[in-house]
Amino acid sequence: MTATAGVAEVVEASSERLERREQRRFLALLLPALLTLAVLFVYPLLGIFFRSVHKTAFTLEFYRQVFRTPVYLLVIGLTFRTAAVVTLICLLLGYPLAYVLANIRPRVARLLVIVVVLPFFTSIIVRTYAWMVLLGRNGIVNHYLTALGLVSAPLPLLYNQGGVLIGMTYVLLPFMVLTIWSVMRGIDPALTRAAHSLGASPGQAFRRIYLPLSLPGIAGGALLIFILSLGFFITPALMGGPSDVMIAMLIEREVEFTLNWSFASALAVILLVLTLAGFVAYNRVVRLARLFEERA
Amino acid sequence: MATPEGIRTGAEVRLQDLTKVYGAVVAVADVALTVAAGSFFTLLGPSGSGKTTTLMMVAGFVHPTRGQVFVDGTPVAGLPPQKRDLGMVFQSYAVFPHLTVAQNIAFPLEVRKTPAAVIRQRVGEALELVRLQGYDRRLPRQLSGGEQQRVALARALVFHPRVLLMDEPLGALDRKLRAHMQAELKRIQRYVHVTVIYVTHDQEEALTMSDGVAVMRDGRVEQVGPPAELYERPVSPFVADFVGESNFIGGTVVAAADGRARVRTDGGFEFWGTPVAALAAGQRVTAAIRPEKLLTDEAAAADLNRGRGVVCEVVYVGDATRYRVAVATAGTLTIKIQNRLAFRPYAVGDPVELAWDPSQTRLFQDGR
Repeated sequence: MTATAGVAEVVEASSERLERREQRRFLALLLPALLTLAVLFVYPLLGIFFRSVHKTAFTLEFYRQVFRTPVYLLVIGLTFRTAAVVTLICLLLGYPLAYVLANIRPRVARLLVIVVVLPFFTSIIVRTYAWMVLLGRNGIVNHYLTALGLVSAPLPLLYNQGGVLIGMTYVLLPFMVLTIWSVMRGIDPALTRAAHSLGASPGQAFRRIYLPLSLPGIAGGALLIFILSLGFFITPALMGGPSDVMIAMLIEREVEFTLNWSFASALAVILLVLTLAGFVAYNRVVRLARLFEERA
Repeated sequence: MATPEGIRTGAEVRLQDLTKVYGAVVAVADVALTVAAGSFFTLLGPSGSGKTTTLMMVAGFVHPTRGQVFVDGTPVAGLPPQKRDLGMVFQSYAVFPHLTVAQNIAFPLEVRKTPAAVIRQRVGEALELVRLQGYDRRLPRQLSGGEQQRVALARALVFHPRVLLMDEPLGALDRKLRAHMQAELKRIQRYVHVTVIYVTHDQEEALTMSDGVAVMRDGRVEQVGPPAELYERPVSPFVADFVGESNFIGGTVVAAADGRARVRTDGGFEFWGTPVAALAAGQRVTAAIRPEKLLTDEAAAADLNRGRGVVCEVVYVGDATRYRVAVATAGTLTIKIQNRLAFRPYAVGDPVELAWDPSQTRLFQDGR
């Protein structure tokens, strides 16, 4: 009795020691990444924050300037509106595509997923310039539209809000498709069949069963696209017009031309805070989504 | 479940030359069956035998290449699943994970635009039927496998279908729970008078639950009949092997008369058996004998087959013991003996006198 108790204690103690050693090993493996993040991410971020509230002494002047100047608020508003519209377009285009991917034969689906991911293999700048070649006044699209007599004069497809939306949707659509697809793949096809066997029409089965179950994918994809859109720079800079200024372009202008780094820092902090707010909302929804997950 | 509309009865289901071809693969070939109204009918077979495809054609999820399904004489092969009014329980239960138990069960009534008061009443009755009272607000992930199974069953019965289709519904449950659910299914089926078409690969489940069984193999029906007939009078070595267990002895017919045939093994051992179809002398046959029938105490009966062997292996299985007995001229046979008090078990090396009835020795002609 005492002997076995003694053995149990020894086993327990040694397993605890093992566990601690295990934890130390994980920490050691994490250390390089943590150090890199601290040096390259946390330190500059603190620097930006410090610069936004400090010039020669502590000041909130730069934030006051942002909130007092209508044009800056306009840009922030435009940034959010653009992000919302891009998110909506990506959802409308991405949901049906994800549905097809999740419901065709796996072999064909794998091939199509590669096609969806393929644009990631080239640089975003190259892809944006490619769109400019396609959409320009003398671009391929306008060339065929006029040649076919569909329009009398070339359409203004570039250097305006429309150009920004086309470019951003193109870049962000794969994220939406992949997020929704990953959720749809987890939906048991027997559920739709069950709905049919219980008397539901295809429309009823989709509305009552499939759509609610794919909602976590919609929510996750939408918030991901929205947050990514907020910080977009290259596409709106190259494909937008003079009035299509997004907050990231404003920051760049302050850093490059006016050299007002403190003001740029304040803008950056505002963008970061708004993005974090979006992320918190995202996290909430994803956690809610876990409620719906089927784990028998 | 109380039935306000009066007593319901199950529908008769008739499959007429039902065939499904996928490319070059024939999944189901010319299946013709009649399932009597209100009966419990099982499609039994190994995986790939076409039993599930057959069920899916009845349900409407698979379109037959050829053939027709009649429910009470009405052809339904052209109808989509939602227009067939057949209840179905899936292998994975397919309980809607985002709906509560009550919402799951109400679903078929809601899509039929049933008034809310009627839905409430019927859901209550269905919960009572499957003994899940008080579970109505739970979500499926809070339920055990057996409870999810009951929800699926209640949901499939709540709209009073006249036929209930079940695709290996008990496969995922452990042995004890499975036996319990088998009894529950039978109780519910008797109570609601529904025709059940049940798919399983478990021969024991098929024998204990069914009024009728169709044994399927390679897309075809090998034999149809009540459980006892399948077990006692299999029509092919496949059925003799798949339903229950059999000893197989190969040999040549040396004499045939009066519905009996005498068979001689290559080793020279001779015995009488009952041919499933007429045999002539010289034909190669395979004999099938159940392990529990190889040893009878009725030494007085004159026309028993007799043989002598030596025990070479003993396997204790609790209620019975299985002995592998080497018979010099007929190969090694398995015999199964109930472990009763009076019985003195054999040990390896013991001699055994075998004696069995020719009527329980099925003879199948080889190469057919």
